Amino acid sequence: MLPDTREPAQAGSVDDGQAAAVAQARAAHRRRLTGINAVRVLLVVAVLGSWELAATHWIDPFYYSKPSAIWSRLVDWFTSGTSQGSIWTQIAYTLEEALIGFALGSVGGVVLGIVLGRSRFLSDVCAPFIKAANAIPRIILASLFVIWFGLGMSSKVATAFVLVFFAVFFNAFQGAREVDRNLVNNARILGASRTQVLTSIVVPSATSWILASLHSAFGFAIIGAIVGEYSGADKGLGLLINHAQGTFDSAGIYAGMIIITVIALLAEWLLTLLERRLLRWRPPASSVEAQI
Amino acid sequence: MPTQETPDGPAIELRGATKRFRSSSGGVHTAVRDLDLTVDSGEFVAVVGPTGCGKSTTLSLVSGLEPPSGGEVLVHGTPVGGIPEGVGYMFQTDAVLPWRSVLDNVATGPRYRGAGKREARAKAREWVERVGLGGFESYYPHQLSGGMRKRVALAQTLVNEPSILLMDEPFSALDVQTRGLMQDELLRLWSGSGTARGAAVVFVTHDLEEAVVLGDRVVVMTAGPATVKASFDVPLERPRDAEEIRLTPEFLDIYREVWESLREEVQITRERGADRAA
Repeated sequence: MLPDTREPAQAGSVDDGQAAAVAQARAAHRRRLTGINAVRVLLVVAVLGSWELAATHWIDPFYYSKPSAIWSRLVDWFTSGTSQGSIWTQIAYTLEEALIGFALGSVGGVVLGIVLGRSRFLSDVCAPFIKAANAIPRIILASLFVIWFGLGMSSKVATAFVLVFFAVFFNAFQGAREVDRNLVNNARILGASRTQVLTSIVVPSATSWILASLHSAFGFAIIGAIVGEYSGADKGLGLLINHAQGTFDSAGIYAGMIIITVIALLAEWLLTLLERRLLRWRPPASSVEAQI
Repeated sequence: MPTQETPDGPAIELRGATKRFRSSSGGVHTAVRDLDLTVDSGEFVAVVGPTGCGKSTTLSLVSGLEPPSGGEVLVHGTPVGGIPEGVGYMFQTDAVLPWRSVLDNVATGPRYRGAGKREARAKAREWVERVGLGGFESYYPHQLSGGMRKRVALAQTLVNEPSILLMDEPFSALDVQTRGLMQDELLRLWSGSGTARGAAVVFVTHDLEEAVVLGDRVVVMTAGPATVKASFDVPLERPRDAEEIRLTPEFLDIYREVWESLREEVQITRERGADRAA
């Protein structure tokens, strides 16, 4: 009766030829991965090695530093602390600023983006202001925030917030606008109220847009926190880097950069996990194979 | 079945209904003009017309998604304002929610209407079985074939037990064999022991064969702006087998008769298209 229902059923019995082919494909896949990783390691070794070599023999390590110096600076920071105190305190401080700014900015961006995205009138009214606000070089606001909120944590949170907010806002706005009219009409016919349309259709539709923006938004949150610390702070990684700059300690700047990069990569990984969880319903083709 | 059956009086009445749209260039486009159409409770009306003539607009007037620019639209005797109670609408393109499993998709309607999660799911499970998707409850739409997604949409609509069922070329995107199967399925659910029994159906299609196979009556629309050109009763017996009935001489007789009427309108639409292309 239902010839079109057999499609997703897995073939239960696999004959030998099939099994051999599967094993072969797996082995080829594994070989390919090993090859890629080997070349990657080689590349890193080549770059760091030539840098080390050049800094030892030809260029001035005072300006350009060298991998071994950066490494020993990192070891030094983690074992005996920095000029500003324990490295963990600095990391925790910066991370806290970034996280608070990120949370506030994304919630604000999502809410305002969806509200404006669903209301033609409001979005038409606000369009020029949003455009203008987006054109402001927002990073400069960090200086203003230091004057407004002082050297403490709130000025950095404010900078991170501003950077995150706009990144998330535009995506949520676009996502809420591009909701399939068909889905909305269908929901209305099925008996959905306005709020139900919003929560069960608009928000889930916009989720993939919003999640995409969160990846770059966390990077922005860290940038906001660091730049905020840079323009005046009493703790944090930005201050550490600023201090390194003040003492012509190029190894210190690199070391700070590396710590920040690691933090950003960890956050990226966590966000990818979240995204996989929330977007389970999506066909896997685009996310697995195309990912680099 | 219907919960609020009004035995007397038609299910749907359109009196001189007109719908105009403002086009983006500032002009006005008339999609439907002076349309009169009456559909009785329990009647299966198939509407055919040339592509793009305004058939879908007619359905959106009945469903309350669009208000008419002129004339009257009555559902169960009351003028339509907002979405009337008891209306189900199956769209041409997929309107199932891609982020919900088959079961939760079907449970959507009852949930919107205030049923608890458990109750809605129990109801949904029953309908998932009834449209032949038993065992696929936890699949997501992207894991299903086009025909199966249509079954989900059908269950999603029927679970609300509509007394009026509007269908806008629901099977046009399917391949011929699957389409025949779905037509059979629809007839089975509509006339069988299911709760959709007695629902008034307006089935819009550009496929005359489909219209004759399904309908008690075939209404021919003019080339846009749409208005009713002619109405033909289909004297074929029910229950019908959608695949077999096409081969009977009675089918061919009525097909020929309706096609005589429809042909001119298709011709007009084609000439317009040619003019625009030139």
